[in-house]
Amino acid sequence: MQTDIQLRDEPLDFEACTRGVMQPACGGIDVFIGTVRDATKGRRVLRLEFEAYEPMALREMRKIVEEAASRWPLHAVALHHRTGVLLPGEIAVVIAVAAAHRDAAFAACRFVIDALKETVPIWKKEVFEDGEVWVAAHA
Amino acid sequence: MIEVTVVTFGIARSICGERRFVLQVPANTTGDGLLFILKEKYPALNALISLQLAVKEEYAASGLVLRQGDEVALIPPVSGG
Repeated sequence: MQTDIQLRDEPLDFEACTRGVMQPACGGIDVFIGTVRDATKGRRVLRLEFEAYEPMALREMRKIVEEAASRWPLHAVALHHRTGVLLPGEIAVVIAVAAAHRDAAFAACRFVIDALKETVPIWKKEVFEDGEVWVAAHA
Repeated sequence: MIEVTVVTFGIARSICGERRFVLQVPANTTGDGLLFILKEKYPALNALISLQLAVKEEYAASGLVLRQGDEVALIPPVSGG
């Protein structure tokens, strides 16, 4: 199975990620794009700052993709995540999955984003006009 | 005593004040033991929803015994994606 797993400190290219997994044997390509929202609980977000424990983040991302490949018949997965400062509307993560049929593509793509949010050592800080918060750190 | 290097991320870095620092701990200190020591030294760590450790880039089981020179990463609640 082809994999393309990266942490990037520059804008992500979802079209390139998608084209990279497309191939004649695959009839179903599922793509998830995670973007920065402009507000949280009514507070306007100025920017997000993403930080990663890079070598471990890449390891955990690879484990997730391997797990997905063990559960569903996949041909290719691309998983790109940003680090650095992102403005509202910018793309934080792209996941592109190619399978022969759509059921596996949909299921695997969902699995990858859900697992990433649980285990990958990446953190985001929301910056508002009147303060900043590390997301999910406190109850 | 042994020396371990603690590496911090996210809110843990704000709380501890430094990205990396060396800590002297008793020999045979476990991961849980190190968390206890760190929470005493930096009480604000107690307010976090979770705090895990990673050694050699893998999440550490609570009973993992730390060794001289280990690099231990403090992993506050993750929020990627």
